[in-house]
Amino acid sequence: MNVVHYFLQNHEEILELTLQHLWLVGISTLFAVLIGIPLGILSAHWPVWNKPVLGTANIIQTIPSLALFGFLLPVPWIGARSDRLAILALSLYALLPIIRNTYTGIRGVDPFVVEAGRGMGLTDRQLLFQVELPLAVSVILSGVRVAVVVSVGLATIAAAIGAGGLGEFIFRGLAMVNNELILAGAIPAAILALSADFGLGWVERRLRPR
Amino acid sequence: MLGTANFGILPIRSTMERAPANGPVIDFRDVAYTLPNGRPLLHDLNLQVQPGETLILLGRSGSGKTTTLKLVNRLLNPSAGEIRVNGALTAVSDVIRLRRGIGYVIQDVGLFPHLKVERNIGLVPRIEGWPSERIRSRIEELLRLVGLDPQIASRYPHQLSGGQRQRVGVARALAVDPPILLMDEPFGALDALTRDQLQREFLSLQQRLQKTVVFVTHDLREALRLGSRIALMEAGCLVTVLSPLEFLQSADPLAAAYVKAFGGGLDSVVNRGTS
Repeated sequence: MNVVHYFLQNHEEILELTLQHLWLVGISTLFAVLIGIPLGILSAHWPVWNKPVLGTANIIQTIPSLALFGFLLPVPWIGARSDRLAILALSLYALLPIIRNTYTGIRGVDPFVVEAGRGMGLTDRQLLFQVELPLAVSVILSGVRVAVVVSVGLATIAAAIGAGGLGEFIFRGLAMVNNELILAGAIPAAILALSADFGLGWVERRLRPR
Repeated sequence: MLGTANFGILPIRSTMERAPANGPVIDFRDVAYTLPNGRPLLHDLNLQVQPGETLILLGRSGSGKTTTLKLVNRLLNPSAGEIRVNGALTAVSDVIRLRRGIGYVIQDVGLFPHLKVERNIGLVPRIEGWPSERIRSRIEELLRLVGLDPQIASRYPHQLSGGQRQRVGVARALAVDPPILLMDEPFGALDALTRDQLQREFLSLQQRLQKTVVFVTHDLREALRLGSRIALMEAGCLVTVLSPLEFLQSADPLAAAYVKAFGGGLDSVVNRGTS
């Protein structure tokens, strides 16, 4: 009952840090989508790009998150503010699932459908926007979903460099050996992850071509 | 001749210039196609397709029929020789314009699964900037032409039967009224009854529309029934070009082997050139 009590007493701060957390995840996912989808298209259409692009994204994924924050610290402008740093790091982590699913989604389009479109005289651009992307959209979205769920968890670590978010509670709680504080960060983060997973999963099913 | 009648169903509004008087619509000169790995798929091809005829490319798998077809709309580019469509060299013409002037129908139909029938048929007219009223009436006209209820326009491809899908594929290929149609085993995946019906409809459609058709098949019965002429292919070579009646009596060993393999009753299906 202590936890409920704590939540009621501190609901303003919890709400504020939740919104901050959402902002970190939202902005970084947006960047990752804007960069990752074109990179995925690039590697699906020009196989020479496939290995360097996916390889780089894979390597980024293997860097421990705390270390990545450390690496980025000396970068000018980015390193000057902790929220910029956190957003860049989260964007980099979100790239891999988005690139990989864009690649898989486009390569998975029925080659006869693509050939029919080409034979009808669609330009490469028309083929991409009217045929390939609409048919790959649910696969791409499932990559975005994975990226968001992972980001919600990773963003808690951003508090270690002072970027805020629900990680604040968790780190504070760990330092003070206070379980209520840890749960005040962990429970809203879990709820965020689950609802993002559910919501994006629903959209994904709606968009899946029959 | 029945074939010259237009019935007022389809106004002739060609998107491409007609061939210079009486010249071939499609002209292959010493054409070869070799895969990037060096394997030759087609060599020394010389073939002319005349206006309004249905030229059948007959042969077994790997004989180069589909390769020949794809060279016309430049889904493949020849390794040697040249191809002219309506007198113009395909190698130097605008590939998008070339393809929009040539209807393309394939066995797997290739309907866009995420688009309704109306959007499938209306895609190229829309891209070409037709007013939406004209697109709508064209879709209805085409669906009736291929024997479908216009109500079907609001369905998705997965809600149609195989025969219906193939008809929609033909309607889509005819959307901007191209003078040339390329058909790659269009009826190959259908059951015997539906295939028979679609072949019959193809004949009556072709009598009305007088398109220049290149039609790929491995089925001699289909070739004899639909073709004005049959080009027999084997191992990347054009063996001979014969009318259906000539084909049945041919002394060519390969043609004779085909006739023997398909057994009796072939006489009755022969296209005797009513068009």
